[in-house]
Amino acid sequence: MANLLGLEVKKVTETPPEEVERVQNWINSEEYKEKNFARQALVINPAHACQPLGAQLCAHGFEGTLPFVHGSQGCASYYRSTLNRHFREPAPAVSDSMTEDGAVFGGQNNLHEGLENAYALYKPKMIAVFTSCMPEVIGDDLTAFIKNAKQKAFVPKELPIPYANTPSFNGTHIHGYDSMLYSILHTLTEGKQIEGRCTGKLNLIAGCDFNTGDYREYKRILKEFGIPYTLLADIGDTFESPCDGTYNIYAGGTKLEDAADSINGKATIAIGPYATPKTFGWIKDTYSGKHVTMPMPMGIEKTDAFIMKIAELFGKDVPASLKNERGRAVDAMTDSQQYMHGKKFAVYGDPDYLMGYVSFLLEMGARPHHILCSRGSKKAEKELQALLDGSMYGTGCKIYMNKDLWHLRSLVVTDPVDAIIGDTHGKFAARDAKVPLFRFGFPIFDRVNKHRYPLIGYQGVVNMVTEICNKFIDIKDETCEDRFFEMMR
Amino acid sequence: MSDKIRTIDGITKESTQAMIDDALSVYPEKAKKKRAPHLAPNDAASGCASVKSNKKTVPGVMSARGCAYAGAKGVVWGPIRDMVHVSHGPVGCGWYSWGTRRNLMSGINGVTQFGMQFTSDFQEKDIVYGGDKKLDTLLHEAHDLFPLAKGISVLSECPVGLIGDDINSVTKRVSKELEIPIIPCNCEGFRGVSQSLGHHISNDSIRDYIIETREFAEPSTPYDIALIGDYNIGGDVWSAKSLLEEIGLNVKSVWTGDGELEKIAATHTVKLNLIHCYRSMNYMCKVMEEKYGIPWLEFNFFGPTKIRESLRAIAERFDDVIKEKVELAIAKYEPIMQAIIDEYKPRLDKKKVMLLVGGLRPRHTIGAYEDLGMDCVGSGYEFAHGDDYDRTAPEMPDATVVYDDPSEYEFEKFAHALKPDLIGSGIKEKYVFQKMGIPFRQMHSWDYSGPYHGYQGFEIFARDVDMAVNSPTWKLVKAPF
Repeated sequence: MANLLGLEVKKVTETPPEEVERVQNWINSEEYKEKNFARQALVINPAHACQPLGAQLCAHGFEGTLPFVHGSQGCASYYRSTLNRHFREPAPAVSDSMTEDGAVFGGQNNLHEGLENAYALYKPKMIAVFTSCMPEVIGDDLTAFIKNAKQKAFVPKELPIPYANTPSFNGTHIHGYDSMLYSILHTLTEGKQIEGRCTGKLNLIAGCDFNTGDYREYKRILKEFGIPYTLLADIGDTFESPCDGTYNIYAGGTKLEDAADSINGKATIAIGPYATPKTFGWIKDTYSGKHVTMPMPMGIEKTDAFIMKIAELFGKDVPASLKNERGRAVDAMTDSQQYMHGKKFAVYGDPDYLMGYVSFLLEMGARPHHILCSRGSKKAEKELQALLDGSMYGTGCKIYMNKDLWHLRSLVVTDPVDAIIGDTHGKFAARDAKVPLFRFGFPIFDRVNKHRYPLIGYQGVVNMVTEICNKFIDIKDETCEDRFFEMMR
Repeated sequence: MSDKIRTIDGITKESTQAMIDDALSVYPEKAKKKRAPHLAPNDAASGCASVKSNKKTVPGVMSARGCAYAGAKGVVWGPIRDMVHVSHGPVGCGWYSWGTRRNLMSGINGVTQFGMQFTSDFQEKDIVYGGDKKLDTLLHEAHDLFPLAKGISVLSECPVGLIGDDINSVTKRVSKELEIPIIPCNCEGFRGVSQSLGHHISNDSIRDYIIETREFAEPSTPYDIALIGDYNIGGDVWSAKSLLEEIGLNVKSVWTGDGELEKIAATHTVKLNLIHCYRSMNYMCKVMEEKYGIPWLEFNFFGPTKIRESLRAIAERFDDVIKEKVELAIAKYEPIMQAIIDEYKPRLDKKKVMLLVGGLRPRHTIGAYEDLGMDCVGSGYEFAHGDDYDRTAPEMPDATVVYDDPSEYEFEKFAHALKPDLIGSGIKEKYVFQKMGIPFRQMHSWDYSGPYHGYQGFEIFARDVDMAVNSPTWKLVKAPF
């Protein structure tokens, strides 16, 4: 008998309905919440992905760049399909398909063959190599492998091949983004620093941001200022490419020569301190000009800080158009604050997004009641706490670091909120808690075109206010008694 | 199998070979040599595969393939609804495969149904010191938090095999402690050449740990069957099962869409295994045939022609009671199907479709496209084997191109040359072709629609194909300026 577990052969059973009901109620209880929060090893419904995904996103942000996964081919398919589903756009990337023999002999042969083929087929201007688990576990030496690939002429010597170690058993997608960005900029700027040269430009890094609308918004704001800029790792056009009857494998990205010259910039702003610490640390030590790292400009206050920083760095006044824009955003907030005031939210996501959500909610008089971060640091926790402490609407709000979306479920069913802000993966918790999920951030698989609408800047404020308030009004219209159903809201 | 050899105007073995040669011309010598045997014109008369298959992917070419873990999680184990499936290793693999294959499930999420993401979320220290202890702890936690889960599968990701963890002994020990089945599945992504080995490894783990560990409580009947190789994408199982029940069969267990562990464990007592996805589950059909003498039959529930042929073939295995019910069902549904065809065929007649899907669907769906008047001008698989290509040859028109594990470059080249009116493939291909203005349907996930199986499914399939091909949006792609 094929019963290697040595279990007794029993009849097929059905769980009695009363037992199902008992457990169904139990998982909504305080007792269950305690048990759930006592977990030591099991992670259920995590709100983060692994490093190479962020590395691939970053690679797509450069002109003519082919992301290249050194590792098992399944990894590449997973990253690609995740980006496809979120953006509803192509996400071309190759893998060198390491298999069992790679585990024994190392991955150099795969890497060399892969580079040669990828170059011949897809004619990239740059190949950005990053790793998945296998080569990280067996300890492949990328530095030597890539040097050898050029020496043996699998690819031209002049082809830039930045590479990043992005082990999935460490950090999250934001750390992979940082490592890849560091490597790309390091590679492209090597030997390009010219004493006394200043491009006069602002280098802007958007951070590990999966919203193409944000990239467009940054560019628009800088255009309003009339400031020349290089947006580094610009995925804006890559993942929002036109449908015009032709497929361009490299649809967007920062021009390589601009990225190379960024080292001679007038100033550099790295958005997203949690997604760019390695890159920013290096830029600070290496790049010409001034350097500053800032939170995502979400909400009025953080956008103001961003706008003023640009004005300060370039000695310019804030243009009237942006002042008006700010006024319009504040107008949108004051006109609709009554629909959000006092509402309780559960929010989760990457640290940089979280700072933005919390800041914005507090500005609206809403309460970020449960704040959950799947992989966060003490520093991030402190910064969030400071935001809460700075507003009376932060009173009673709590931060949960290194918790997952099954923890979130326990929170929202035992200590209810009016809505959740997060990615698509929160939809089960939202359904169980019978509250709306506002899909901001990444990934969004189950709604269309959300990535096209900026969350940052004054325009981002208008977008968030509109979406959130109108949903609450919808709910009122859908659920109120007939006699309270009326024309005005 | 179709009885006559079909041809497509303008497509000859020579024209197809020239197209292949053109696509290969850009490859470096070594890669060209490797890829050439995987691309060929179909030889319909031979009934044999014209291409090599199930070989290692050529590095760097942009293959659509996944890995063994993907085959285990996304196909065989993941769809079983009443088990906790642990993605054992780093966080990514489980996260990427969380809900993305659309294996729908009955039951209450987190109570009786576990369409969730469970992972051991390996960190550096787990790589260094091993993850066995963590696994032991998390299995207990899973059982504590989800007491109605009937069992747990442990699906290994790459690092687990590389660092030499012994999940088999951990699962065996904890299984005894908790008195529930805990099944180790050594499906690390680096094993084999595609998802396919993951299917095989998972089938083997069902063979070794599950089958024959349960018995049905009710007495058996001559009409007891199992539905094998249906993963309930968009509700396929629900459509197929109701049709099988309508013709008088008792569907005792489903492998594995909306599947239940204990019923799968008792499948060794059924009278016939009906297999839809041959590629992913033929292994267990063969095991059950050898070990328990259960015959198995391949069937095809895409499109009225194939459904009719399949229902009659199934009826042949049973008595007159079933035969009669099959004829009644055919008589009941065919007029409805004809009405659907009458509606859509005028808009789809002679339209050309190209297919690239996993290991079964191209050959299974060609008939459904033909029911709508369409011609399949190219067909291939990510991870099919020789026996799949053998079965594909007679379904495809003669001399049309067959591609095995094509690179995106090849697929694009063929699409440029053949100018299809529709491409049916996966999410990674979808937007590439839509940018070109070519209508596309995802044929892994039914593009968030479905079911496509059974009579009920054909109506949805026909509507979806029509709306893809004839959407007015395609007319807007070219700007007038």
